[in-house]
Parts: sequence; structure tokens; C-alpha cells
Amino acid sequence: MSGHHHHDHDHHHDNHFTAIEARVKALETLMVQKGYVDPAALDAIIDTYETRIGPRDGARIVAKAWTDPAFAERLKADGTAAVAELGYGGRGGEHIVACFNTPEQHNLIVCTLCSCYPWPVLGLPPSWYKSAAYRSRVVIDPRGILSEFGLALPESTTVRVWDSTSEMRYLVLPRRPAATEGWSEEDLAALVNRDSMIGTREATPASEKPGELAHGH
Amino acid sequence: MATEQHRIFDTASPCGSDLAGFVARLHEADNADSATFREPWQAQAFAMTSALHERGLFAWSEWAQTLGAALREAEAAGSPDTNETYYRCWLVALERIASSKNLADDSSQLRYRHAWEHAAARTPHGMPIELKPADFAHGADEDS
Repeated sequence: MSGHHHHDHDHHHDNHFTAIEARVKALETLMVQKGYVDPAALDAIIDTYETRIGPRDGARIVAKAWTDPAFAERLKADGTAAVAELGYGGRGGEHIVACFNTPEQHNLIVCTLCSCYPWPVLGLPPSWYKSAAYRSRVVIDPRGILSEFGLALPESTTVRVWDSTSEMRYLVLPRRPAATEGWSEEDLAALVNRDSMIGTREATPASEKPGELAHGH
Repeated sequence: MATEQHRIFDTASPCGSDLAGFVARLHEADNADSATFREPWQAQAFAMTSALHERGLFAWSEWAQTLGAALREAEAAGSPDTNETYYRCWLVALERIASSKNLADDSSQLRYRHAWEHAAARTPHGMPIELKPADFAHGADEDS
């Protein structure tokens, strides 16, 4: 509302940029004029993150690792190279490190500095991942955080927190749910929810597999 | 997707001073998560950063430091811990890195900001907002 402090009369509906919109437009105009940025490229980037890259990409990687032991080994050894096999890669050359959950160790990712996240395979992070509360609390009390998400782990399971950086992006590999023997990669991928690849949840149980809606086209 | 997520938070039981607020915030954030960007300016600021980085104008580590500093300042200033605050910090960081990398100095940023505010104010509703030379003559003294 701060942008509406003048021109409030109702003679006609003025266009108003909020102060923040005007700041963004200012930067954009300057960057385009100086040739640093191409407006069409901006649209392409937005489209990519809004419609093309998302958790289903990560889910595809996880499902492949569940069904293809050789791929899982390659993913463990060199995450960046393994996801590149499936056509995924960082724009900025960052490394992807796959953290496999086991009965002994549960993995959880965070970026305590800002919001570094495995964008190339998960898209943009959820709001809570970017919140100061999550970023600060997860290193202090990971089990407390997990219980907030409804995830209670046995005492015998160690929780390991991975602090992402601009160079290293971690992807959690949740454990394959029980009673999914013989499932196709596509069906398995439907069980790989976004939060399970951050580590705040486990893969969706087979009995709760999302319906056809989740498949899309 | 959103409905599937809600259940998780319902099972949480607050057991610390700030936990209730934390859960409420997660819940709120998750409800709004279906849209990647809440408002177009957030998408624009994000895309500009990505494009400038791809052109090699700054390293991502420099970006992370700049954004991290802006986030810490917002937190210290008591800004609400929301998506809106996050993207405001993103914009602050982008303005700073544009300035520190000599892509656009502070005075140019300010001049263009005022010009766009002026252009928006003089353009009738429904018409495209375009920047004209005259907008630069008016903008500077309007807000100060």
C-alpha cells in the first residue's frame, strides 16, 4: 500500500507501481539498455522455473536410483555426472551430491546462509525452506524440526544435516517404500514427494500413492 | 499437491517457545506454495539475477553472500519471516550487486525508479506503461 500515498482521487484508475515494482523495473531497464540482459531470456528463465523444472525431476532421479542399482552407485559416486545422464545440470556449474537415507542415517538439507537448493533437479525451494526459522533451527534441533513435519525417527537413526552452498547442492534420496516390488519407475516416482528429497518427510507409502492427477502429461 | 501437504503440519505439537509460530508459518507458507512466484516482480528479480549470473557478471558465491547479508539484516531489523521479506531481500541484494559490479550505479537506479513511478502514475488504467524522456524530468522530486 505504500505506493498509494498520492493520486488517490477517484477521477480515474491510475496505474501505480508499488515502490518495489518500480525498483525492479528500474533495474530491468538499466540491464536491458546496457545489454546485460535480454528480455526474452528473462521470460525463458521464468517459464523454466514456473513450468519446466520441479520436484518431478528429482522424483525421476530417485525412482531410477531405486530400480537401477548401477545408476544408484553412479549417483552415490558422482551426483553431478549421474543426473547429467538424465539431462539435468546446473546452470552455474554447481555440484549435486546425493545423500542416501538408510536405516542408520537420515539426511536433511538446509542453506543456513540464504537459500541454496538443488534447483536443477527440484526447481525453486518451498517458502519454509527459505525462512529464517528453518534455516536457523534445523542445525540446532534437527529432530525437533522433523517432528514438526510429523516425522518421528527411531533413536537409532542418526540425523545428518547438510548445509548447502553455492557450489554444493544436496539432494536427499529417501528410502524406497515397502510393498513396491515390481513397480515401474513412473509409478515409483509418484511416491517421491518434494519434501522427501529435502529430508523433512519420507517417501509416500505405497498405499497412499497419489492418483492419476499427479501424473500429468 | 497442497492438500496432501497440510496433514503433515496438523500432527505437530508445539513444545518450545517459538515452535507454534514456526509451524503456523510453515503452514501458511505451504498454502501459498502452489505459485512459484507470488508476484511478477519476484519472478523478474529472480530471472534477472539468473541471467546476469549466466553472463558471468558475478559468481554465485558472491550472490549467496550478498543475499545472505540482506537476509540477516532483515531478520535483525525484525522483518516478518515471510516469502515477501525473502524476495525483498533478493531485490536489495540484486541492487547492491548491480552497484558493486558496476552494472548500474545507485544514482541511475534511483533515477530510473522515480521515472517508472512517474510513468505509471501518468498512464491511464489499461494502457501499457512506457518510459518516456519526460518521466525523468519529473520523477526525482516527487517522493522527496
